[in-house]
Parts: sequence; C-alpha cells; structure tokens
Amino acid sequence: MSLDKLLVISAALFCCGLYTIMTRRNAVAVLMGVELILNAANINFVAFSHYVSRVIGGQIFAVFVIVLAAAEAAVALAIFLRLYATTGTVEVDAADHLKG
Amino acid sequence: MTGPADLVFYLLAILTVASALLVAILPNIIYSAVALLFSFAGVAGLYVFLSADFLAATQVLVYVGGILVLIMFAVFLSSRISDVRLSNPVHFSWQAALVCLALFGVLSFTAVSTNFPVKATVSSQPTTAEIGELLMTRYLLPFEVASVLLLAALIGAALLSRPERGTAGTPDMEEP
Repeated sequence: MSLDKLLVISAALFCCGLYTIMTRRNAVAVLMGVELILNAANINFVAFSHYVSRVIGGQIFAVFVIVLAAAEAAVALAIFLRLYATTGTVEVDAADHLKG
Repeated sequence: MTGPADLVFYLLAILTVASALLVAILPNIIYSAVALLFSFAGVAGLYVFLSADFLAATQVLVYVGGILVLIMFAVFLSSRISDVRLSNPVHFSWQAALVCLALFGVLSFTAVSTNFPVKATVSSQPTTAEIGELLMTRYLLPFEVASVLLLAALIGAALLSRPERGTAGTPDMEEP
C-alpha cells in the first residue's frame, strides 16, 4: 500500500468512468460515470494529503467534492425526470430541443 | 511489508476497480447501479486505509445512502424495467476503449515513474475534530458557500421535478 498504487487505482476508476460516459446513451448511466470520476479525484486528494503534505486540507477538499456531487446528482436527476416526462425517454440524444 | 493489512488493501482495490469496470460494461442499468454500490463501498474502505475515518463515514452516508438511492429512484421512475435492454443499449466502441486504455497507461506510467516527496508515515489519528475545527475557522467561507449551494440545489430540484402546472388560461383542474 503506497502512493503509486493508489494513483493507479484512481486512474483505473477515472478511465472506467470516462468509458461509461463515452459509450452510454442513458443519461442516468452517464451520471454514474461522472460519479466514478469524482470518486477518482477524491482518492487522489486524500492520497496526496496522507502521503505527501501531511496536513488535512486534502480531506476538506474531498468533503466539498462530496457535497458538490450530492447537489449535482439531485439537480441532474430532477432534470432527467422532467426530460422523461417531456420526451418519454432519458437518452441523451433525445435532449436536442435547444438545437437551432 | 506483507501482512493481513496488505491483503485487505488489495481485496478492496480489486473490489473497487472490478465494480467500476462492471459499471462500464454491464448491459442492464440496474446491475450497473448495484455494481456502483460496491465501487463506492470499496472507495470508502480505501479511505479507511488512508486514515480518513470521517471521510469514509461520509462516503458511506452520502454516496451509498444518498446518491445511489437517488440513482435507483431515477432508474425505476424513468425506464420501463421490462424492456430495459431497449432503454439502455450498450455499444461496445473500440475507439472509446482504445482512448481509455491509452489514458490509463499514460496515467499509470506517470504515477509509477514519478518520484513524489513522500514523507515518513505517522500513526493515524482521528480526523473528525480537526476537520470540524478547520471548517469553522480557515475554510469558513467555502463552508457557507456550500450551504447556500445546497439550498439552491434543493429548491431547484424541487422546482424541476414538480409536475407541470397548466398555463394561464387552461387551468389543469378543469372539469370535462
């Protein structure tokens, strides 16, 4: 258990989230990919805070990232429900109402 | 050093990464949500290894208890469960896989080959008191801004997910 192993784990999480975002059509699945990426960033914050800086600021950053993720998930899921009520689907390709 | 702690660490790492991979490739979105639960739980375990006990508890409470329940609700409310295959087609895209594998290679190589100024390990202390003190002193402004943001997100989500009212002139409680 060392810093570089944690960074490799975090990179794997990031790439899984990126693949999820790039391949899925369902908006809820895309949101899952975003949450995976936020978790990867959090692991990096906490790992560097634990191994390199030795102060607790990284953990405070991670707490704020969790707060932002919760707010983002709530608003995004409300938007998805409204999109489902409007178009009958939650595919991201269906949300092109603003296209000219 | 090898011991039970290392074994548990590797098990947690495998749990986290394998669940994240399942989130990416499973065809059924409900299975993806369950895999996401295990991935979040694995990340919480990794926080325990990094002596971030408060953050591990927050991860379990907010992610596993809150965000995942929200995602489950959205899945159940927005997709016909019977033909979930139709509502969530997964396309294997070799371009996306190639990009992700290349990025993973670059990131891992950078992480392994860089010499980070790692300091000597100290015994892990409980961090909750220190986090609370810092939130009330040094990080007070971000703390307050986050509370205002949460209030705005609460109002916005309630407003967005409310059922649509009839516009003026066509009242929605009209008798037929």
